[in-house]
Amino acid sequence: MVRFIVRRLILTIPVLLGVATLVFALLHLVPGDPAQVMLGESAAASDVDELRTRLGLDRPLPAQYLQFIRGVVQGDFGTSFRYGTPVFQEIAQRLPNTLQLALAAMSVAIVIAIPLGVLGALYRGRAIDQAAMTVSLVGISMPNFWLGPLLAIVFAVGLGWLPVSGIGDWRHLVLPAVTLGAALAAILARMTRASLIEELRELYVLAARARGLSQTRAVLRHALRNSLIPVVTILGLQFGAVLTGTIITETIFAWPGVGRLLIQAINFRDYPLIQGCILFIASTYVMVNLLVDLAYGWLDPRIRYE
Amino acid sequence: MTRRIGLAIIGLTVFAAVCGPWLVPHDPDVQALAQRLAGPSWAHPLGLDELGRDILARLVAGARISLGVGLTVVSISACVGILVGAVAGYAGGLVDTVIGRVMDVLLAFPGILLAIALVAVLGPSLTNVVLALVVIGWVGYARVVRGQVLKIRELEYVQAARALGAPVWRILWQHVVPPTLPAVTVQATLGMAGSIIAEASLSFLGLGVQPPTPSWGTMLDAGRAHLFDAPHLTLIPGLAIAMLVLGFNFVGDALRDRIDPRAT
Repeated sequence: MVRFIVRRLILTIPVLLGVATLVFALLHLVPGDPAQVMLGESAAASDVDELRTRLGLDRPLPAQYLQFIRGVVQGDFGTSFRYGTPVFQEIAQRLPNTLQLALAAMSVAIVIAIPLGVLGALYRGRAIDQAAMTVSLVGISMPNFWLGPLLAIVFAVGLGWLPVSGIGDWRHLVLPAVTLGAALAAILARMTRASLIEELRELYVLAARARGLSQTRAVLRHALRNSLIPVVTILGLQFGAVLTGTIITETIFAWPGVGRLLIQAINFRDYPLIQGCILFIASTYVMVNLLVDLAYGWLDPRIRYE
Repeated sequence: MTRRIGLAIIGLTVFAAVCGPWLVPHDPDVQALAQRLAGPSWAHPLGLDELGRDILARLVAGARISLGVGLTVVSISACVGILVGAVAGYAGGLVDTVIGRVMDVLLAFPGILLAIALVAVLGPSLTNVVLALVVIGWVGYARVVRGQVLKIRELEYVQAARALGAPVWRILWQHVVPPTLPAVTVQATLGMAGSIIAEASLSFLGLGVQPPTPSWGTMLDAGRAHLFDAPHLTLIPGLAIAMLVLGFNFVGDALRDRIDPRAT
């Protein structure tokens, strides 16, 4: 297991380095002089020069790159142009809100998906299966930037049960979490169905039935537990989609997280902050994928020896 | 059944995008400020937006953008992906390793994050949206094609072609790539859905199509400010996006079921 962990860790390093390189390159893709773009066309030449020096843009490209990578390794993502504070600090302040939203969305998704997937598998090919899978396909197709306002119109504007936006008690979390979790629920439901169908073909389920267990008990006690291993993996891998989804969901519901910070940074052309947010989200995704891989290797020893 | 529904939705949208300007009597950019936010009526079946523009006319014009972006992104991404995937899978060795590492890095950016990043630095415009979506889009095709080519290159007829001295480009073009096309078609159909959502997402965030050009994403974004007084501004473009995406997902799912029945 230790060798497996070390090998996976080593394989992750070039990917992280590639991600950092691409994020570094972003600033150099800005059409024209980034310092001029950040300050605007009417900015004084001395101010532009001063910002260029502050961003290190007056130095040779290899030196800039090395400085950037060194900073990233040390957790120094630079200074926000808008706030004048370290980028890392801005992200860290908002991270708990994003994590809270992401975890709530994943919980919502699990609660919706497992029953839908089980129903689909148990009644395979019948009307109830088709209904469950159609509901899940509708969930995948419904963009969160539409579902969010739709839920707000019904539950906040129409019924007045929940607040439209902002952060506060649990009621503020409901609409963003459902908005963010719906698509994941749809994917998980389809995965649960497919995985459970495979599992129901196994002999141990037949043996359980032969021992006199009811269909429900055989499914819930035996088959479902085994069928959830790939579902857990997908849940981990989909964490990236949830992270990206927070960008839109946080923007819709004015949720003060990292996603909203990124959009605000883009609007203010705060390039260091944009780079920091992108790098942070992508690295988190890579690390979660690594953890999923390690967990899978732990759950299924065959993976380790491949 | 779902395949037919999907095809009907796509057909209707294509028809609206192509023939819409002749069927809808209003100009999508003409403003009637006195009637702004008016609800549906005989003259304006879907109502008017925040600047008094006909929502149906803008919806039809937006369909052109959505389908146009989807088709362009999918076509370019598929071509690049097929080429890169086929070369990586067929050549193997260092070429495959290098391409694989590049793909790993691009896949390390979840969803449309890299597209957001690219548009953020290049500036919001339709061209940059297409460019950004192609940059993240080709990898999916390359993975599918590479995976298939790894198996196909070992087949006897490919080895026979190689033994006969056929040049590599002809082996790829005539023998290796064609068998991958069914899987690419499924990927492309689902890719249409993904590209349409991605374009709308970027436009919704203010990073895509810029006003006054009508796009379903920008219409939805503008409608957000009027959730209380004119919810139809949000409901209608959102429904259009969801239906079209659902249509492509239905067709893509049906195609996948036909090509790989084990997936059902």
